[in-house]
Amino acid sequence: MILGRVCGNLVSSCKWETLKGHKLLMVEPVDEELKPIGPPFIAVDTVGAGEDEIVLVVESREATHAFDEPNTPTDMGIIGIIDEIKCGAAVIKIM
Amino acid sequence: MFIGKVLGNVVSSVKSKKLEGLKLMLVKQTDINGNPTGKPMVAIDSVDSGEGDRVLVLKEGGSAKIVIKRDKLPINLVIVGVVDTVDIDGWNRGEKTS
Repeated sequence: MILGRVCGNLVSSCKWETLKGHKLLMVEPVDEELKPIGPPFIAVDTVGAGEDEIVLVVESREATHAFDEPNTPTDMGIIGIIDEIKCGAAVIKIM
Repeated sequence: MFIGKVLGNVVSSVKSKKLEGLKLMLVKQTDINGNPTGKPMVAIDSVDSGEGDRVLVLKEGGSAKIVIKRDKLPINLVIVGVVDTVDIDGWNRGEKTS
């Protein structure tokens, strides 16, 4: 699982049946200081995340377990919105 | 599995119901000398590890399910042990961290 910042969204009207009704968000991976560390990817939202929020993203096959429908084809799922990161003496609170 | 260093923890109040009650730790994989390297990752803690600990991390969902004892968990990174010592090439590469 990794941390990411929601940097946009993606609209696809013609998509696989079980992906319908799910929000597709563009997520940029970030490090513990919230600096971007790689190219953005598309993740399927399960928690109602919005733009500029820091989110917890699960990768690979386990991303499908985040959905009630077991056959959702995804390898990236947003499973949490981060409020706070405690790292050493630094505490980053995200509003 | 890999050896990781716990950098800190992460708090999330809006999260998947399947994650409720689980502790989220920020970890980085360590190099051969025990220094954290690469990208930070978020792992579920199962052994009460703390900041600064060197830990044994599982990077696979099927085993995560065995450790956490819940079905269909959307997680693929679990801390399953706190490392006391590591010997590489006959050299002790790590004192106990806590």
